[in-house]
Parts: sequence; C-alpha cells; structure tokens
Amino acid sequence: MTGYVIRRILQGAFVLWLLTVAVFGLFFLVPNNVARTLAGRQATPRTIALVEHRLGLDRPAWKQYLTFLGRALHGDLGYDYYHQVPVTHVLAQAMPITVSLALGAAVLWMLLGVFSGIVSAVRPRSFADRSLTGFALFFYSMPSFLLGILLLYLLYYRLTLAGLRWFPPGDYVPFTEDPAGWAQHLVLPWLTLALLLAATYTRLTRSSMLDVLGEDYIRTARAKGLRERRVVYRHALRGALTPVVTQFGIDVGQLIGGVVVVETVFSLPGLGKTAVDAIGQQDLPVIIGVVLVASAAVVVANLLVDLAYAALDPRVRLA
Amino acid sequence: MSVRTGRAPASVRPATAEPESTVRSRSVWALGWRRLRRDRLAMVSLGVIVLILLVAIAAPLVAAVTGHPPNQQYRDTGLTPDGLPRPPSHEFWLGTDDLGRDLLVRIAYGARISLLVGVVATGLTVVLGVVVGLVSGYFGGWIDAVLARLVDVVLSLPFLLLAIALVSITGPSLTVTILVIGFFSWASVARIVRGQVLSIRERDYVASARALGERPVRIMFVEILPNVIAQVIVYATLLIPVVIVTQATLSYLGLGLAPPTADWGGMLSEAQGYYTTSWWFIAFPGAALLTTTLAFNLFGDGVRDAFDPRSDQLLGTWR
Repeated sequence: MTGYVIRRILQGAFVLWLLTVAVFGLFFLVPNNVARTLAGRQATPRTIALVEHRLGLDRPAWKQYLTFLGRALHGDLGYDYYHQVPVTHVLAQAMPITVSLALGAAVLWMLLGVFSGIVSAVRPRSFADRSLTGFALFFYSMPSFLLGILLLYLLYYRLTLAGLRWFPPGDYVPFTEDPAGWAQHLVLPWLTLALLLAATYTRLTRSSMLDVLGEDYIRTARAKGLRERRVVYRHALRGALTPVVTQFGIDVGQLIGGVVVVETVFSLPGLGKTAVDAIGQQDLPVIIGVVLVASAAVVVANLLVDLAYAALDPRVRLA
Repeated sequence: MSVRTGRAPASVRPATAEPESTVRSRSVWALGWRRLRRDRLAMVSLGVIVLILLVAIAAPLVAAVTGHPPNQQYRDTGLTPDGLPRPPSHEFWLGTDDLGRDLLVRIAYGARISLLVGVVATGLTVVLGVVVGLVSGYFGGWIDAVLARLVDVVLSLPFLLLAIALVSITGPSLTVTILVIGFFSWASVARIVRGQVLSIRERDYVASARALGERPVRIMFVEILPNVIAQVIVYATLLIPVVIVTQATLSYLGLGLAPPTADWGGMLSEAQGYYTTSWWFIAFPGAALLTTTLAFNLFGDGVRDAFDPRSDQLLGTWR
C-alpha cells in the first residue's frame, strides 16, 4: 500500500517533469517577442538586448531550463516577465477562485446528477426516467460557453430588465471579505458547470443503480421487510456509488487544473483565465506554473480515486 | 493459409451448426442494424444529421440563392445606422452579424467546418488508438508497459491548456485543430482496445492462427480487430459530438480558424458581445451547434444500445 502510493507519486512527478521539458521546448521552438513587447515600441535593439539580458532570455535554452529546474525544486517558480511578481504569488491568487468554482459546482452536480440517476433507476423506462435522460443529453450536448452565455442572458440580463438584480454577471468576491457576495457572484458559473457535468453522473448513477438493484442482497433487504426508501438509499446507493466516486475524482482534478472556458465567459481571474492570458503574452514562467499545478491536480486526484476505490470495494487490490 | 478459423466475430456463435438448417444466421452487424432501425429516436437523429450534412454540402447553393457570399460585408444594408446587426428580414433570412454579413450563409458554411473536423479528427483518434491498443495488448511485455504508461501520461494532461499553448505557437488552422484533438484523445480508445485484446488474444483461434504461421500484423488486424470493432465504432460515434464541441470551444477561445472563415464557435465568440441587443446573432449559430451535437449524441446513444448494450456511459468532455 505505502509502496504503491510512493510509486504513484514518483510516476506523477515524472509526468510533471516531462511537462516542464515539453513546455520549455515548445516555448523556445519559435522566436518569442517578450523583450520587444516589454521594451516598448520605440526601443532600440540595444534596449531590447538589455531587457532580454535582464530576463535571462539571452542565455541558451538548456541553461535557462536548468536554472528553472533548480529553483523549482526549492519551491521557487521564478517571476512573471511583465510585472516581476513571483509566479507562486500569481498562482496563490488564482487558485482560490478556481477551487471555489470547482468545489461549489461539484456539490451542485453531485446532488443533481446522483438524485436524478436514482429517480431514473428506480423506475426505468418511466416518463420521469425518459425526461431526465433527455435533459441530461441536452445539457451534455451543450458547449460550456454556449450554456454560460444562455444563463447570462436569461438569469442576468432578462431578470435585470425585470428589475431583479439577483445574479451578477461575473467577477469574484473573496469568501473572507463577503461570504454572501462570494456565493452570489459564483451562482451562475456554478450552475453552468453543474448542469454540464450532472449529465455524466445521472447516467453513471442510473446504470450502476440498475446493476445493484438486481443483486441478491437487495432482494434479501426487501424480503426482510425494509421500507423501499431504506433499501434504495441505504443498501443500493452505497453499493452503486463506486463508479460515481471515480468519475468525481477525475472531474474535480480536471476542473481544478483550469476551468478555462467558464472562467473566460464569466471573467473570473482563476487558473484557467490566468493561463490563457499568460499564453497570449508568452509569459513562460506563468504558463509553466499553471501547467504544473493543473497536472499535479489531475495526478493527485487520480491517486485519491484509486485509494478511495480500494477503500470502498474490498475486492480491489492495489499493486 | 487456406484454413482460417475465427472468420466470423467470435461474440456471435451462430445457432446454425449445419448449413442446411432453416434458421438464417445473422452477423452481429445485421442484428445491431435491425435493433438500430427500430430505435425511432436514433433514426430521427440520423435524419437530422443527414440534413445538416446536406446543408453543409449545399453551402455554396445557399450563398447563390440568397445572393450573399459568406464573407461579403453589407455595411449599408446589413447594419443598422448605429452599426448594429440587422434582425431577420426578407433580405437576410436569419439576420446579419456584427460586420453586416449574412448569418444564414455563414451558418451553412460553418456546418462544413464542424462536420469535417468532427469526422476527420475522430477518424484520426480512432486509428491512432486502435493501432496503439492492438500493439500494446497483443505483444504485451515491455512494449505494453511503455505504451500503457504513455496512455496514462496523455490522459493526465490538462488538455485545453496544452491545446491553447500549442495553437498559440503554431498559429490557428484547420490542420492544427484536427491534429491537436487527435493527439489528445487517442489514449482512451487505446485503453479500451487494449483491454479487449488482452482477453481475445488468449482465445484458441488466435493460438491456431499463430500456429499456422500467420504474421503478427495479420493476426492483429484480420483476426483480432473484427472482434473489437463494434465497441470502437460505438465509441467513435459518441466521440464525434465531443470533438465538434471541442473544436467550437477552441474557436470560441480564438484558437480555431483564422477570420474571416465562418465557423460556429468563432461566430458565437463574436456574438457574445451582442447578446443584449441582437438575439438572433447568438441564437441561430448556437441552435445550429446544439442541434448538431444533440443529434450525434442521440444517434450515438442508439448505436450503443444496438451494438454494445452493456455499457451505458457518456464520454467525459473538456470544460
């Protein structure tokens, strides 16, 4: 078990290292114009060279990489090219926004998805089942930006026209400053993500519940005279949740790695938006920082999923 | 070479042992197709897909009928005196966009991009995934170890972030979009195929093919592949809408195709600024995109029920 965890963490570290090489390689594959942008329009070649020297961009790529790697191992990811802010600082500012977004949406989509999955599974092929499946596919087919804009139109614009200023169109209010404002500003992005992702969970819960409801121990529970509600929510649901938990870990990991589109639609300066902006400006230290955090989130989430899997299902052995 | 076992897919053991029996043997394809044809929703979706395909093919015809080339800007007739898009009218059936171009014509041309990328990128994904999965599962040993690790790595990459980084370096184009999507999605196909091949390669007919001296390539593609192909096709059908959404998302983020090419994601990104003033600008391209992905998902759902009824999951999507 411990050996397994250590091996997985080393594997993850290897992937992260590969990624830094890849991003560095990509960056130096094409000539960048960071120094030219920074030096301004009327800069002489001398000024540009000076700026380049100050950023260390005039040294060979492999030397820059080694410096980066040495510092990164000490937890220092360098400074961003444009404002000379430590990258760790940039990440620390963006992280809470993305985490708020991902976790809030996660609560919503789990409630929505698992509950409608149960309703579907208890009465398969019923009207409720069919309409829930229809809804699920509808939102599943929706590109995230389209749903975001649609919700903005309906719940922000139309309601505001009607004199109801319930949902602000975006922006972020820190939880520590104003918890109510924090939640209010995040409702629309949460709803967007949750509706999109709930579909997968409805499906997953439904099929898994259908399997479990056919098992002998459910018949036993019913034969004992337990009420149906208890059978469904206590006995069946526990057995059916394993694949749901797996998917949950994967999705949360991916989301913390950057909710690029939803953050863009609602102009939330989280990790995804930070990355998109950094890529637009060729701000290498920030790009690498976000890619590292994003991949680390996925690696850790996958590891947690496997551990949870083993904990939930004794038949699974980790090796 | 003349003796060939396992010609028919092994999953079907025809009840007709004697050729003179009156029971007609049906291949897994015939059975699946029969089931699919009875699925009314799937057939309607197929009809919608064909319709969209026809619109895409007939895009120049749409331009000819309306008399508006897709990139022609009608600054006088197509924009209001304030420079806003014009609502649907006799002249412009679905209204105009922010540059006074005919929306209907651009939507028709946009269908070409969506369908082209959807089909070609899915094809690329499937070919890559099938080859890697076959090789990995058939040879086993260190080849399998390396390839399986590679699959793990690709699956743990933050797709959108890396896609954005790649495209920002190469510059947006149709080829780049297709390659990027293919490069990041083959891993799941490889995983599915590998899992199947692991059990199929132990079957007797594969052993006898090997004993007869068939070469590995032949065994993989002629003996084993037909037994995996149903699952691959189901996966591919469900992958097409995901790819279409991904392509639209990349375009929305400004990484799809260079303007003025008409494509749905790009149109929606332009339209976002006008959702309060010009509903048609966002509604029609949005509806086109949603109809397409929904039709593919409903059809894919039917294909899965018909050919691989045991699985009931949706693919993950990129948010």
